[in-house]
Amino acid sequence: MSDTAPEQWKDAIYEALKDAKVRLVAYVPDAGHARVIERIHAEGDMKGVVLTTEEEGVAFCCGAWLGGERAVLLMQSSGVGNCVNMLSLVENCRFPLVALVTMRGEWAEFNQWQEPMGRATQGALELMGVKVMRAERPEDVGPMAAAGLESAFRSDQAVAVLLAQRLIGRKEWVK
Amino acid sequence: MTAPHHQPLERRAVVKRLVASRRDLLVVAGLGSAAYDLFAAGDHPANFYLWGAMGGAAMIGLGLALAQPRRPVLVITGDGEQLMGFGSFATIGAQRPPNFSLAVIDNERYGETGMQRSHTALGTDLVAVAKACGFASAQEIKAEVELDAFAAHALRMTGPGFALIKVTPQNPPRVLPPRDGVHLKNRFRQVLGLDVN
Repeated sequence: MSDTAPEQWKDAIYEALKDAKVRLVAYVPDAGHARVIERIHAEGDMKGVVLTTEEEGVAFCCGAWLGGERAVLLMQSSGVGNCVNMLSLVENCRFPLVALVTMRGEWAEFNQWQEPMGRATQGALELMGVKVMRAERPEDVGPMAAAGLESAFRSDQAVAVLLAQRLIGRKEWVK
Repeated sequence: MTAPHHQPLERRAVVKRLVASRRDLLVVAGLGSAAYDLFAAGDHPANFYLWGAMGGAAMIGLGLALAQPRRPVLVITGDGEQLMGFGSFATIGAQRPPNFSLAVIDNERYGETGMQRSHTALGTDLVAVAKACGFASAQEIKAEVELDAFAAHALRMTGPGFALIKVTPQNPPRVLPPRDGVHLKNRFRQVLGLDVN
């Protein structure tokens, strides 16, 4: 399996995080986020925190904000389902939240087990009061991430930026 | 001669003792009895009480500990709440923040819902879990004197530390902390000198 997509939009995410003074990045890995995660651990501007499940990251980001730091959450669409109840913490306390979500189950998906949660991702977020933005084109990713970060940390919004599977490209499955 | 017998610990006295010499301690309390116990010990703007988000207390504490590395952070929660955040033992162990401590007030029951037995009554050893996940220290506490040592340890910031504090299964009268999350967040941030939007 290899990732054939160009890297520019991934670097645009990294730069948007750095420009927004994000210090902590919690994640459950995804191939689409691999480059950002790699840079986080290599470059030292931000601290990467690997999670066992995505809902940990929702609570983690809230705790970081309570202590005055900006944290974001990286995950794939299947992880959104794991976050649902924990998002009540975000709404009740009006915590800022930025989730960058790589989509599965929507574009040339090889694995049908990704389809149900992929279809439900946007609806699940919106049901829990999270504002959803969706980047379809590589050039939209950086500005959309920056806009999400701004509205979260400046005006206490909960925002998810969905990164379309089309951006990430086909997974090449090699036996 | 029989071995010295100590009085079984009672949750409200335990939590009161944990925060008695709190100084600059930041405290997160998991939903249910742990939050009532912390409020009953005396309200403080550096207390963050949860009324929901079950399983999230330890991870809120981790985010706080990494954001405030010079302040000791203590998470006080129940066995049921921590069992729902089981993976957080591994996530905290991977980060090893020295200023983080976790106290599980273990009555081996789900106290809010009718005292049903939890996994700690059925064989789960959370001290072994914390050790296996890389906590710097992990201990079971059954006597009052050990509480003071754990609280002092938390303030010295040589963690991450874990204590499983065995208490009698009882539901003391409810003492309800504020439920307005925005209020709790804002006063917590204000006491740290942070802006509130």
